[in-house]
Amino acid sequence: MTNITRPDFAAIAAWVTPGAKVLDLGCGDGSLLRYLRETRQVRGYGIEIAEDNLAACIKNGINVIQMDLESGLSGFEPQSFDFVILSQTLQAMKNIELMMSEMLRVGKQSIVTLPNFGFWQHRLQILSGHMPVSPDLPYQWYDTPNIHLCTFGDFEAFCRDQGVAVRERIAMHNAQVVTFLPKLFGSLAVYRLERAAKTA
Amino acid sequence: MHTHTHSVGVVASRIAHFDKPTKLKSGAVLESYDLVYETYGTLNATGSNAILICHALSGNHHVAGYHSEKDRKPGWWDNMIGPGKPVDTERFFVIGVNNLGGCHGSTGPSSIDPLTGRPYGKSFPVLTVDDWVETQARLADYLGILQFAAVIGGSLGGMQVMHWSIAHPRRLRHALVIASAPKLTAQNIAFNDVARQAILTDPDFHGGDYYAHGVVPRRGLRIARMLGHITYLSDDVMGEKFGRILKNDTFQFGYDVEFEIESYLRYQGDKFADSFDANTYLLMTKALDYFDPTHHHRNTLSQALKPATADFLVISFTSDWRFAPSRSREIVKALLDNERNVSYAEIVAVHGHDAFLMPDPHYHDIVRAYMEGIAP
Repeated sequence: MTNITRPDFAAIAAWVTPGAKVLDLGCGDGSLLRYLRETRQVRGYGIEIAEDNLAACIKNGINVIQMDLESGLSGFEPQSFDFVILSQTLQAMKNIELMMSEMLRVGKQSIVTLPNFGFWQHRLQILSGHMPVSPDLPYQWYDTPNIHLCTFGDFEAFCRDQGVAVRERIAMHNAQVVTFLPKLFGSLAVYRLERAAKTA
Repeated sequence: MHTHTHSVGVVASRIAHFDKPTKLKSGAVLESYDLVYETYGTLNATGSNAILICHALSGNHHVAGYHSEKDRKPGWWDNMIGPGKPVDTERFFVIGVNNLGGCHGSTGPSSIDPLTGRPYGKSFPVLTVDDWVETQARLADYLGILQFAAVIGGSLGGMQVMHWSIAHPRRLRHALVIASAPKLTAQNIAFNDVARQAILTDPDFHGGDYYAHGVVPRRGLRIARMLGHITYLSDDVMGEKFGRILKNDTFQFGYDVEFEIESYLRYQGDKFADSFDANTYLLMTKALDYFDPTHHHRNTLSQALKPATADFLVISFTSDWRFAPSRSREIVKALLDNERNVSYAEIVAVHGHDAFLMPDPHYHDIVRAYMEGIAP
């Protein structure tokens, strides 16, 4: 079995239909794809740039393609995947608009996981005069790879602007689903997205 | 002497003789032929651990180990293949074969034509990658191997792997295509033709029948190799290794060797001209030029690879401009279009095309991880 199961894995797996074709962007060591293969029998590929992760993916028995997501998903045909997953990666990317449009070009649906900058503890840390540091944002301001942090509200407004429909959202904290004031008490959210139907 | 734990040690070559006439892609028929090969490791009871290594332009069957206790240089891919190495001979039965048309023991232009009692020379037929794969398949039959665990090759060897996957999809479970391309570009064919012209216009070439004249087109072969060598290295690595270093401190104002790079290339050219047959070189470069699974755009590469059922590992090297990463990405794209299992690594390397022969740790880790995953 998978060594590390991140809290968002189960939420993602719940949405992924059995046997689906999945593209995992920024797949790391391939743990999520392996988990989805074991629990949902998915077929798929991971995309990863870090050379250290490639051998780990191969050891996990998953297909991994080494490429830089920042230049988009050229080489992948439109609507060729059932799900395109971006798990805790979006906040570290340069061109978020390109990424969102590429995900929903290649995938029929997209699943995005991101940390909540508006989590109550983060708000308190800012009020006390410091950049937030927490289990979901474990970096200091000077060494963080996260260059595009946002709150759930920011992300949902961005989706609306991009013509992306949020079909579902699960807010979580400490691997538990948060239903009470999720924008305040959720430290992590998993979104299921589709291209919004064009209105006439 | 060569008893270190990570070497297959002293190995012996063997010859397989084939009497059944083989019809070649060109239409020519070869009545009989020999293939020289080596094997490392042990074939398991079910025959499921066999690996075929396909060689590139100047390669041969001597892939790993040494030919004698006194042998200084191991086989050409000894850093990859051996006990405990990425292609582990303690788990796999590895076969190296000299392709038909070669000059290291398999029947080729320098072999004696049994019909005339003289070397084939210019009468030896031009070969294609398809012909190599068919004759390699005869060797697999001869060795009792129905299905390879993997067929592995770099450069021109990678083209053979691709053709294996298309022509004999059921005879291999995995395909490792390294530093290769789905077909050559015009620039690549151009380099090959300059190399061929160097040989063809050498006065000692005698239309390919130089054996009868007791000479070899050494100058041509040497220049061909020097040119090839330039294209196998990156500008960076050449700069780093040689820069503008002079053999003597001052300019000599003449045409003898002055720069280190000249000395190096001449040495490489000489070494090659002493050990390789010019007709084989011509034939190998032609096979490279002809390779095109899309048959001159009658198909897309995706359509061409549709019959392939093997799982693929595709690897390229960032500084390889002769078989650039973009060419490997074409292969990956075609496999993705067919929803095949494929992994792709683009190794950061300074050595240009030659990087596929170098012991880069990331490169070897990836091959090792892949091979561990497919070991029966």
